[in-house]
Amino acid sequence: MVLITLRALIAGDPQADRVVPPTGFTVRLTMFTAGAMAFLAVFALALSLATGRLADRWSEALARTATVRISAPEGQMQTQTEAALQVLRTTPGIGEVRALSDAEQRALLAPWFGPDLPVDTLPVPQLIEVAETGDGYDAEGLRLRLSAEAPGAVLDDHTRWRRPLVQAADRLRMLGLVSIGLIGLTTAAMITLSANAALAANAGVVRVLRLVGARDVYIARAFVRRFTGRTLQGAAAGTALGMLAIALLPGVSTAGGFLTGLGFHGWHWLWPLIIPIVAAGVAFWATRMAALRMLREIT
Amino acid sequence: MIELQNVTHSYGGGELLSDITLRLQPGSFHFLTGPSGAGKSTLLKLCYGELRPAAGNVQLFGRDLGDMDRDAIAHARRRIGVVHQDCQFLDHLPLRDNLALPLAVSDRDPAAEQGNLDELLSWVGLSARAGARPPELSGGERQRAALARAVIMAPDVVLADEPTGNVDWDMSQRLLTLLVELNRMGKTILIATHDLALIRAAKSQVAARVLRIKDRQLQLAGADL
Repeated sequence: MVLITLRALIAGDPQADRVVPPTGFTVRLTMFTAGAMAFLAVFALALSLATGRLADRWSEALARTATVRISAPEGQMQTQTEAALQVLRTTPGIGEVRALSDAEQRALLAPWFGPDLPVDTLPVPQLIEVAETGDGYDAEGLRLRLSAEAPGAVLDDHTRWRRPLVQAADRLRMLGLVSIGLIGLTTAAMITLSANAALAANAGVVRVLRLVGARDVYIARAFVRRFTGRTLQGAAAGTALGMLAIALLPGVSTAGGFLTGLGFHGWHWLWPLIIPIVAAGVAFWATRMAALRMLREIT
Repeated sequence: MIELQNVTHSYGGGELLSDITLRLQPGSFHFLTGPSGAGKSTLLKLCYGELRPAAGNVQLFGRDLGDMDRDAIAHARRRIGVVHQDCQFLDHLPLRDNLALPLAVSDRDPAAEQGNLDELLSWVGLSARAGARPPELSGGERQRAALARAVIMAPDVVLADEPTGNVDWDMSQRLLTLLVELNRMGKTILIATHDLALIRAAKSQVAARVLRIKDRQLQLAGADL
């Protein structure tokens, strides 16, 4: 039954299309609703994809690096740094190790203490940047070896602050997906209301069709095609506007951070194109259910 | 064909029709008369399944209406042509499409039936008005168009509810002639009307049975007509 209806929907029936009067407030309302919801769905999709990328990037970037911080009395700093570097260079799974220079450490502290910070006069720990190989390393084993060779060395594999960041990004992605779901449900609700209003406004049409022997499925199909078509048109327009708005957002920049990364990259630009199709599917089911239910209630 | 057995129908808390028994035999011609509000239209609606009786049985082409689902009733209606006093057209469609509506809802291709449509339009004298929309037609034209739509599916039965209610005498005679022609083609005709002059005129052309609703009961009308 549903397949027949879908086939009839796609193939079309010019006569059935025309039995419902062509204009009406409900049809315009449906187009507007579909357009607005599709516009919002594009942004929700962009948010979801962007947070997904962010979570992946943070997860990957931070997972491949670690920092060793050496806090030692002034006379032992150089010795412990050399010992730690030696331990790190001989640890399987570690690719590159590099002790940060004074200038680099000064640059890291500059945002908090200003550019004229006298690093030489302050007990600033020595930082060693560690890059993993693809296989990774045994963090617990490394900690034990460091504590033996360089007691002032502390390994920070970023787990402590990587996890909440990735969790936050994952939750944002989930929020984006939930938003898309809510937009779909709202669209279905609006279209159901519009379809009910249209059926009520066209009670005379329904009466005439029944009089000449039309089955409920035929009557419902006439309304379903009308609403599905208008929803598809509205959603296509809303999606196009949404994609244009996304395209006009400022490009990715370090200063803008996450906000300027909100958008579609590469083949992800194809994702929004399914929004009108999904919206039309939602309209098809919502109108069909509403029409058949209402026709059952009309004697 | 269509049979009502001891049918009772209630409306607004009161009994409108009581213990009605009616059998429409193939090829028969009936008039149904009675004062306004007597229940003529209600009886016709019971005959084509728009209303279900409070008590009693309605048989449509050998099937009990109580056992028929909505699809089955829709199929049965394709064998019953109905002419309403207010015609009931889709005002946004031209006359030709309104006439083709029963074909379209039966999944028959109206384009393949253009010959039949032209013939019907010619039969009711509306060939020149095929492109007009219903609100642009006169009362008589609308009634003739309603009759054409009622017979396009070659139904077994034609039910007409006050078909001459909104037309002058000449037009009512013309409509009567068309209905008599249909009866001669073997169609069963039931006309609900309070126009006694129309009934008298018909009796000279066809062997019509005249029924009257009086005091909620169906009676055979006598020589008082």
